[in-house]
Order: sequence, then structure tokens, then C-alpha cells
Amino acid sequence: MGLSPWTRRDLLATFLAAPVAAASCRSGAEPPPLPPGELIGPSVEVGHRLRDGFRPEPPADGWVDMPVVIVGGGVAGLSAAWRLERGGLDRFALLELEPDLGGTSRAGHSDVVAYPWGAHYIPAPLKEDRALVALLDEMGVLEGRDAHGGPVVAEQFLCRDPEERVFHRGRWYEGLYLTAGASGDDLAQFETFRAATREWVAWRDGRGRRAFGLPIASGSDDAEVTALDRLSMADWLGARGLTSERLRWYVEYACRDDYGGRLEQRSAWAGLFYFCSRVGGFDDEAQPLVTWPEGNGRLVAHLAGVAGERVRSGLAVTDVRVVGTTIEVVAYDVAADAAVGFRCDRAILATPSFLTERLVAPLRDGVGPRRDGVPYGAWMVANLHLRDRPRLRPGNFPMCWDNVLVESPSLGYVVATHQTEQDRGPTVLTYYYPLTDENARDGQQRLLSAGRDEWAEVALADLSVAHPDLRELTTRVDIMRWGHAMARPEPGTVWPPDRQRAAEPVGRVHFAHTDLSRVALFEEALYHGVRAAEEVLAASGRRVESLAL
Amino acid sequence: MTQFSLVIGIYLSALGVGAWLSKFVTSNIARIFIEVELVVALLGGTAAPVLFLAFARVGAFSLLLYSLVFAIGVFVGLEIPLLMRLLENRLSFKDIVARVLAFDYIGSLAASILFPIILVPRLGLIRTSLLFGLLNAVVGLWSTWLLNPLIKRGLTGLRIRAIVLIVLLCVGFWKANALTSLSEEGLYADDVVYATSTPYQRIVVTKGKSGFQLFLNGNLQFASADEYRYHEALVHPAMLVHANPRRVLVLGGGDGLAMREILRRPDVEAVTLVDLDPGMTELSTRFPPLADLNAHSFADPRVTVVNRDAMTWIQEVTDRFDVVIVDFPDPNSFALGKLYTTRFYGLLRARLAPGAMVAVQCTSPLFARTSYWCIIRTLEAAGFVVRPYQTAVPSFGVWGFALASLGPFEVPPAVPPGLRFLNDDALHAMFRFSEDMGPVEVEINRLDNQALVRYYEQEWKRWD
Ligand SMILES: Cc1cc2nc3c(=O)[nH]c(=O)nc-3n(C[C@H](O)[C@H](O)[C@H](O)COP(=O)(O)OP(=O)(O)OC[C@H]3O[C@@H](n4cnc5c(N)ncnc54)[C@H](O)[C@@H]3O)c2cc1C
Repeated sequence: MGLSPWTRRDLLATFLAAPVAAASCRSGAEPPPLPPGELIGPSVEVGHRLRDGFRPEPPADGWVDMPVVIVGGGVAGLSAAWRLERGGLDRFALLELEPDLGGTSRAGHSDVVAYPWGAHYIPAPLKEDRALVALLDEMGVLEGRDAHGGPVVAEQFLCRDPEERVFHRGRWYEGLYLTAGASGDDLAQFETFRAATREWVAWRDGRGRRAFGLPIASGSDDAEVTALDRLSMADWLGARGLTSERLRWYVEYACRDDYGGRLEQRSAWAGLFYFCSRVGGFDDEAQPLVTWPEGNGRLVAHLAGVAGERVRSGLAVTDVRVVGTTIEVVAYDVAADAAVGFRCDRAILATPSFLTERLVAPLRDGVGPRRDGVPYGAWMVANLHLRDRPRLRPGNFPMCWDNVLVESPSLGYVVATHQTEQDRGPTVLTYYYPLTDENARDGQQRLLSAGRDEWAEVALADLSVAHPDLRELTTRVDIMRWGHAMARPEPGTVWPPDRQRAAEPVGRVHFAHTDLSRVALFEEALYHGVRAAEEVLAASGRRVESLAL
Repeated sequence: MTQFSLVIGIYLSALGVGAWLSKFVTSNIARIFIEVELVVALLGGTAAPVLFLAFARVGAFSLLLYSLVFAIGVFVGLEIPLLMRLLENRLSFKDIVARVLAFDYIGSLAASILFPIILVPRLGLIRTSLLFGLLNAVVGLWSTWLLNPLIKRGLTGLRIRAIVLIVLLCVGFWKANALTSLSEEGLYADDVVYATSTPYQRIVVTKGKSGFQLFLNGNLQFASADEYRYHEALVHPAMLVHANPRRVLVLGGGDGLAMREILRRPDVEAVTLVDLDPGMTELSTRFPPLADLNAHSFADPRVTVVNRDAMTWIQEVTDRFDVVIVDFPDPNSFALGKLYTTRFYGLLRARLAPGAMVAVQCTSPLFARTSYWCIIRTLEAAGFVVRPYQTAVPSFGVWGFALASLGPFEVPPAVPPGLRFLNDDALHAMFRFSEDMGPVEVEINRLDNQALVRYYEQEWKRWD
């Protein structure tokens, strides 16, 4: 087994901290051979060439006329395609670099079950999120409306109970907040925190908008709210005397889970947004979660079905330029090793900001606000294929959808078969590991310094603490290394002065990507895709009722 | 079943190995024969107790089982050729040897008949195993006299060993109860006559003065003494309301007892039984006491058995049924709780023919009142018209059921004769509830809240 250049102990110490390394290496003997598996994309090589300014020119006969071209087949690009189609504009092409659609919401599948490679859930929408409500209605996920007009998600699409458990010092407990062993002060602080978030939930600005809306554009941009962006979440907790270790772990877990970072590194606006945006108006409860075995891959599959034949995958867009009233989109066909060109009226760039600003000529030339201030976090995702469920020791809470290890730098795992209602037999566990390094570059380097075998070993060693029989049960471990997984909402980055302008079109080039919201969420990608498509629909003279706002 | 055939295979090949090994025995044949007999006594006698105790450590269990079977096979395989050689060397002992041989064969024939039919049900697995060990040890001891002339030295030593072994096995026989309770954690008041672990559950059958009991994961499923009350109550009201029940579905109920009641009705054309565990339905088909109790329902040509999780099965089939009997174990885990949700009942609705009737076992309205009403209200929330009913089943206490349909219905005025428990009076009394079992406020049980599992755990905790 080739764990070079790492020794096993160094590897585990680097990624899981010294105690795990000591415990898993104590037995002396080499661990059993790793199960097979592979390193899945994304296409790092093409990505790097794009970043370094690779711009091939198509031959004269390599050009196609197309009214609208969408660049990027992640959620934002697919949402734009969906909105164009539903708005009556059906002549467009969607160009995607990877062979598979979905970007950071893509999914894989085995003979047993489908599973996520990235995004795995959405909270059930409030009625204000019109785009998401329309999408879920179309998919048959909603079964009606409640007395207040709020969408009602059909039971089988809500995360099945029990939803989550935590592993702490050798034992699984129900829930995410560890009540077992909590002191009176811990519980009091937890209540203080909940009361503070409730206040923000009830808060309305002069125009009656919520402090934290989903999509964010439906919420408030009042200075009182955006001021929170100048603090870190740690500052915010500190200012309220919230020092309980359990509470801080709980809040930090949310920051790591949604934003891949620690309390000190994440904007208090983003932290509170997580806790407040998904709480409904009429009751005090957080919205239930909506999920599928393949996570948000189900939403991607539906959108991809709508886009249909208009998708061209394996095409890396290398240049987007303005020639008079025409937009020229040049793409590199990876398989054919040839450039192709599209002449269009309008283009929608649904690529991450750091690429967009290199791809679009006017942006390269300094038109519009700069976007390179956005730092990106790195994530590793492992899918572990199991022959059977790990044994449950007596006194432990049974397997849930989300299974979190308190003493681990990972986020634990979600279980793909949870939503298929199968409680026995083979399954796939999706293990999430955010690299929370202070400096984004360090995280990316650390991510790429370890290959398939090393990351598989990290995942197995980490989870074996909770499941001693895991190695025997695991038949395959595939690894995804997301170098630019998501924009990191660091203090001061969510509400920069030019936030609004970054999303505005530059001439006939429109922008859509979750990065424009500075937090990575399905709702935001959907919102920007729908908004950009509606800009294009309006410019083409079509009258459509906006789903965006 | 695969375990069973593997055991047979291993045993047969071990016999061969034993026979081959006998080649290497060149002198002292008679003595070695007796020694082998004693080893068989020891291994055979202690096999069941050892396996029982080892059960807790499931990981190594099959390995242990197969090694034991192999070892026993090897030694038994050694015996016969040794006997043959004694026979050919000493023709004058022909008589004696023939007697021993006959005893051995008759013994094993008797064993194969006695074992499942008479001994196991009466003595329990552990005692049966010890009894066979004892028989072998006695034969060994007896042979020391029969084969006396052939043995040169150390006769007393052999006899002492045989006697020690006999005493040990006797003690084991006498103390078998303590052993059983050690291994099954003293769960069962009566003797365990059958125990097995399938990938899904631990199945245990016990036998006491009043009859059999079946336990799944330590929870009583029925007692043969009064199960007729439970199963008549579960099945017949639904079958009476429906004018002409031809296609019947049973969910759970792998013991076949609900099916026995259903098959009484000549108008029934087809019964589909969906039970997760093939181990359970196989046992009900083949284990004589159970098969007798369910009137060999599984052999009825009208019956189709499906070993699947009902939740996934019901989403795939397109058949429709006139009567559905829902006989799942109590909702004591999330995996079972899902089978009592609005989601499950919604899927069930889609499988109902017009006018179909459904009967659901709903745990005890007395011991688990909130759980009981939670099931009733959940059925209603899923769109059923529900008539709650209950009756006393001494082994369980007061037990609750739900009679449900998609439209309004009347409880039939009369019960046809021929049943042991149900008559007109009993039927109507079942639909009345005393003050301490009446409705309480409950949450609806859904996949995303599993309210029922939480109620159930709370309520039964008080009684354990
Ligand atoms: C590990 C992980 C877990 C997550 N979990 C959740 C979750 O549970 N819930 C949630 O709501 N969100 C989650 N997210 C956030 C997720 O990023 C968003 O939900 C959403 O998928 C973002 O979509 P997007 O289209 O804006 O961006 P992307 O997913 O980045 O899509 C961009 C697309 O553009 C393509 N592309 C890039 N360059 C080119 C080029 N030059 N030419 C052509 N195509 C190109 C890419 O291949 C990609 O398909 C998670 C993210 C990660 C990384």
C-alpha cells in the first residue's frame, strides 16, 4: 500500500490529530490493506490551464450561432436553463467542463443506492422562496399548502427521523447538541443563544424584510444587520458571555458544516444566517430538512432533464468576449482536443467567481467590480461502500441520517440508504472533511498533498474510532478533492460595498453563481440562475412573472 | 438454510477425513475405539451448551459451529472403520461387535427421529445434546467390558474417565436450566427448545407446561395456550365486514397463525404474506410444533410468501387486496416505527381494492395507551375510517387492534360458529373501551418525527 510520502502516523496526526494517530498506530502492525477505490474529479488539470490563461482559437468553420449560451452546469447554470425553458426561450446551449452535471451538487451511484459527492440537503422552503417552491412543486415534492399558504413537503422527502446523533467519548447520543453531561450553566447558555437567534428571527427592517431571508436577496440589507459581517462568530459569542464549550462546539459545527471554517474564521452574519434564515414565521421551529439518497443530486437530475439535449458536456469555456453586439464564447473540447466557438446574443456565466473573472474579457480588462477578494475553502469528500451496517453496541443511539463525531476534525457522515427506508444491509456512507486552515492556500495544498490512499486511510481511521468493525465492512472508498469547494464567508467578505454590483450584467454578459451571495447554498445558486435567466428573458422582450423576488 | 446445508456438507466430509485417519491406527484398536467413543460423548454432549454460551459473541460463532461439527464428524468417522477392523481381526467376537454396531446404527436412526420430534420439544436443545453425550459415554463404558479381552492395559483408567464423563454430563443435564439462563440472560421462564439468530433477529421457541412460546429479540410474539384469542380477534372482524374477501395480504405475521385463521375461509383465493425474515417463515413451515399450530398454512397452495421489507415491497407492487392484516412486531425501534407512519398507511391505501378492510395490531391500549391511540389517529390522518377494538390475551394482557377502511362500515352483527374465542357477544364487547383505555391527545406518527417509537419506549419503560 503506497502511503508515501506519508508515514501512517504522520498522516493521521496531520489530518486527525495526535490521539487518533497514537491509538490507531499503537497496535504496531500495519493496518489491513485498503479497500479499492479511485480519485474522482474535478478536472484539476483543465482547471489549472484555464487559470494560467489557456485560450485556444477555433477554426473559421468551428463556429455555431446560438441565441443564448450558459457557461457552467452546476445548480446555477442548470437553474438558468430551467428558467429560460419555462419562460419560453428554448434555444440555448449549456456548456459544462466535466462529463457529469451538477458541479458541487453532483451525485454518484452504486448497485445499492445513489449518494452525494457534495451538497446533500436543503431546508424545506418558506413560501417567500418562490423559485424553490415552484421547482419542488414541479418535481412533486410538495403535497399542498398549509393554512398560512406555506408549502407542505410530502413526508417521504423530509429527512426521516432519527435525523442526527453525536459520538462522544465512546458512545452515540441522539441529537446534535450534546445534552448528556451538560451542566446547568451549559443549558442556560444554550437557551440564551436560542433566545438571541429568536430575536433575530422576529426582527424586521423598515421595509418589513426579515434580517436573514432565503434567498438572501429577500432579506434585509439594513446596516444593523450587515454590521454583523464585521465580527467573527467567535467575537459575537464572546460579546454575549457565551463561553460554554458545548455551545461553542455546536455553533462551530454549524460553521464547519455550512462554511467549512471555525468560529474565529467565519462572519457572525453568516453564522446567524445559518440559525435564523431557516426558521419559519409562524412557529419557532427550524424548517425540517428535505433530502434524497443522492442529496441535492436529485434536484440536479430534475433540472438536467429539463435542459436535456441542450447540454454539451466536456466543453471547457476558455474565453468570453464582446464583438459589437455579439458575444463570442470559445470552448475547448477536452476529448477532441479542439476549440469550438459560439456566437450569441447573450451569455450567462454560471462559473465560480475566480474563474469568471479570468474567462470574461471585459472583466479581465478591469470593467466592473473585482472579484478576486473571495477566498475559497477546500473540502475532501469520501464515499465508503459498506457490505453491511456497523454493529451497534448496546446503550448507543442507532444510526441516523447524519452521524457526527464530536472529537473529530471531520463532520462525520451521512447515510445514503436512510431515505430509501432500508435499515439493514449494504449502504454508502458519505464522509465530509473540510480543511479549515487559517490560510485558504494552505488548506488547498494540504488537500492535494494527500491522494486516494491517504484520504481513504484518514476516513477509515477516523470512523473506526466509532465503528471498530468499519474496515472489515468497507468494500470500496472513492475520494473527491474539492480544491475550490466554496467561497469562505470570512468576516467582512459577505457584505462588501460592491456586493450588489457584482451580480449585475456587464453589457450582454450575465452572471449567476452561488459565489455572488458569498455563501454556498442551493437556494442562492437557484436564485442567481433564475435571476440571470429572467434578465435575459426580459431583454428578449418576453413578459414573465419573476420567480426571483 | 444455507447454514443447514453447510453443516451437513462439513459433517459428511469430516466423516471421510475420520475414515481416512483410521488407516493410521495400527495397534490397540479396541482401546482407541473406546477412547474415540468417549471423545464423541464429550464433544457431542457439550456442543449445544458451548454453542449456546458462545452465542453472545456472534462474530466467531459460525466458525465455532463449523469446527465443532467438523471435529464431531472426524471422530464419528473414525469409529466405524475401527469397528470393522475389530470385526475382521477377531471373527470370534463377531457377535459382540455386531451388537455394538447395531446399537450404533439404531442409535443414530433413533436420534434423527427422536431429536426434532420428541426430545427437543420435551427436553430443550441443551438437555437433548447432553443426553446424546451421555448415551455415547455409556456405550463407551459398556464396551470396556465387551471388548475386555482385546485391551491389554489401562482398563481401569479408561473406566474412570468414562465414569467421570458420565458424572459431568449428568451434572450438566441437571443444571441445564442455569446454563440456559446464563446464555439467554435468564429471559425465558421456560425451557428453550429452539433458538437461532437470523441476520434480522433472534428467534427463540420455549416450551413450558402450558405450551409453546415464540420470542423475537426477547419479545413474546405468542403463547400457544392463548394465541387463538389474539389471532381470531385480529383476523375475523375484518374478514366478516368484507362480504367476499378473495385476495388477502398479511404484513408481518411470519408465524403463520393469522394465516391459519384466514385460510379457514373457503372464499379466500390467494394470500400473500410479506415477512422480512426468511428464517422466521422457514421455521414456521418446517419446525413441527409451529407448523402444527399454524395448521400447515405455508403448505396451502393459495399462499405466496415474500421475504422483503414491507416498506420497500409495498412501493413496488401493483396488486390490490380485499383484506389486509397488519401484524408487525410492536414499534420498539425506528426500523419498525416506519411501518406505522402516515407514509406507510398512505402506501397501503394504494394497495386496497374497493371496499377493502384492514386490521392492524396496535400494542396494548392499557400498558401503552398513548402508543395505541397514536396508531389509531395516524391511521385516521392517513384517511382511514377507524374502529378501535381490544380484547384480553392472558399472555399479553389487554391487547389492542384497529379495524379500518376507506369508507364507513358497520361491525357485523353475527359471528359464524366454529371459532374458539369469537362469538357474537365477544365480538361486540371488543369494541367497548373502559375508562382507563380511552382516547388521549397524541401526535400523528410520521417518518420525520417517529412519535410512536418515542411514546412506546416511554410507556413500556414503566413496566419493565
Ligand atoms: C462538500 C460540499 C457540501 C455542500 N453541501 C451543501 C448542502 O448540503 N446544501 C446546500 O445547499 N449546499 C451545499 N453545498 C454548496 C453547493 O456548492 C451549492 O449548493 C451549489 O451546488 C452551488 O452551485 P453553483 O452552480 O453555484 O456552483 P458550482 O457547483 O461551482 O458549479 C459551477 C459549474 O461550472 C463548471 N465550470 C467551471 N469552469 C468551467 C468552464 N471553464 N467551462 C465550463 N464549465 C465550467 C463546473 O464544472 C461546475 O459544474 C456544498 C458544497 C460542497 C463543496
